[in-house]
Amino acid sequence: MEYEAVIGLEVHAELLTRSKMFCSCPVVDLTEAEPNTAVCEVCAGMPGTLPVVNRRAVEYALRVALALECHIARESVFARKNYFYPDLPKGYQISQYELPLATGGRLPIRTSHGERSVRIRRVHLEEDTGKLTHVEGPEGPYSLVDLNRAGVPLLEIVSEPDMHTVEEVRAYGRGLRQLLRYLGVNTGDMQKGLLRFEANVSVRPKGSQELGTRVEIKNLNSFKALEEAVAFEIRRQIRVLEAGGRIEQETLGWDEARRVTVSQRGKEEAHDYRYFPEPDLPPLVVDDDWLEQVRAEMPELPWEKFRRFQEVYGLPEYETALLTADRPVADYFEVAVQAARKHGVREPLRVAHWMTGELFRLLNQRGLSIEEAPVPPEELAALLGFLQRGDINKNTAQRVLAEMFETGQRAQSIIEARGLRQVSDESRIHQWVEEVLQAHPDEVAKYVKGKEGVANWLFGQVMRKARGQANPQVVRKILMERLQALRRDQANA
Amino acid sequence: MLSREEVLHIAYLARLELTEEEIEEYRKQLSAILDYFERLKEVDTEGIPPTASVLPPRTVLREDEPQQGLSREELLANAPDVEDGQFRVPPVLDW
Repeated sequence: MEYEAVIGLEVHAELLTRSKMFCSCPVVDLTEAEPNTAVCEVCAGMPGTLPVVNRRAVEYALRVALALECHIARESVFARKNYFYPDLPKGYQISQYELPLATGGRLPIRTSHGERSVRIRRVHLEEDTGKLTHVEGPEGPYSLVDLNRAGVPLLEIVSEPDMHTVEEVRAYGRGLRQLLRYLGVNTGDMQKGLLRFEANVSVRPKGSQELGTRVEIKNLNSFKALEEAVAFEIRRQIRVLEAGGRIEQETLGWDEARRVTVSQRGKEEAHDYRYFPEPDLPPLVVDDDWLEQVRAEMPELPWEKFRRFQEVYGLPEYETALLTADRPVADYFEVAVQAARKHGVREPLRVAHWMTGELFRLLNQRGLSIEEAPVPPEELAALLGFLQRGDINKNTAQRVLAEMFETGQRAQSIIEARGLRQVSDESRIHQWVEEVLQAHPDEVAKYVKGKEGVANWLFGQVMRKARGQANPQVVRKILMERLQALRRDQANA
Repeated sequence: MLSREEVLHIAYLARLELTEEEIEEYRKQLSAILDYFERLKEVDTEGIPPTASVLPPRTVLREDEPQQGLSREELLANAPDVEDGQFRVPPVLDW
């Protein structure tokens, strides 16, 4: 029997606010800050304290909801999710349950099968929990609690079970990460756990409309883990069903080392969380003015930029995807294209190729982001201008770019200081060609007798004589004219 | 009437240990509370949105300005056990 997988993703994204969700404690980098140095009475859950909602956290959540074309609740309700775990000092997490901030949106994704949308079920605000470290002590195990992360604003984005392949999961995961980064609400750092994925996976006979029993996979802290875990789980479930077995509804963790999903114990059911409306917070009201203000600040969205880059710059899909993956990359490209035009470079694709080829290679080598590139877009454009005018050839341009990277100097200074301007002057090149032909009479004779390959060798000799500074097209043209003339002379003799 | 198992489950969720007498007592008390809610359910609430709060819907927001909270010494002052600037607690498994 053929099976079809049904996959939904739940994403938790820490919002890039400066302070926490319900108190003014600073949001700190857990890998840098000393434990328990960004905690107050509120996020420590001390009696008598009251939460107050962070305005920016709501605005960031609204940006996401607007981008996903969700229905935004004008009145949403915070709820208490009760459970006992030492990462939650209050004994409950403030979340949203029955009346979330936003429902019913969609995220466009692109796969090898084209473009489609994955429906979004809900987007809601909550608070992150503290961090536990488990220690094996000499007298037995214990846990240590750091509350720096407790109360950091967290956005939960839940998709409908709309995906059927690992490729779609990848496209959705990456698409959502890209969107959050475009909106400036999340860094997309999965390693640090600032963006976390959970997958719901079930399988069913192909063509069936009913949903199979689903499992939930947690602890997916990279795209690789997400994709591998989903692929593993699809295969596992099909094997179980084909052997006549049944899928247990359970929560699994992804064991990165062994690359298998493993059962996790002790998970409580939703009704066990005893959700109820948070009595310490009134319903969250989003009025027209506020919503319009947030809407006015929305940047161009990834898929809008993608379409515009294809239309305005005529770029192929591959280059468009690379150049719109990140806003700073796209911005760099647009500035470079504008500047390149002033230098006579009219094809945006040429700028695109230099960026995605040479520039990205140099950035990767040094582990730099585009914002840290020592070569500003205007200078890349200037370099391409020299290339376009034939002042330098492609190889020289690559060398100059590498040196610009190294020294931060301008293209023009390097080309001039090092005398790299290539010679297109035909009389100079004529002279070099003649010198090479005279120095290698045997090779010339071979060519005249019909050995075509020798021409390339002679070309190399001329370029060497010119120390790489001759315009290769001009060299080839003049060399071939001379060689063919010699052949004709021989035939006539 | 709530079953013994239901009471024990609720107690587990609150991490409470109950004596045999308490189990019986809570069976009665919790059942009485549920019965009262059954009575409340008799009221026709068709078309009336659920009440999430008795406060007037008035959004009070805080600007996103960080302020230093407690010092670590203050924060940990009440903790029964501390190690390396962290709360030390009985072992808990990931779930």
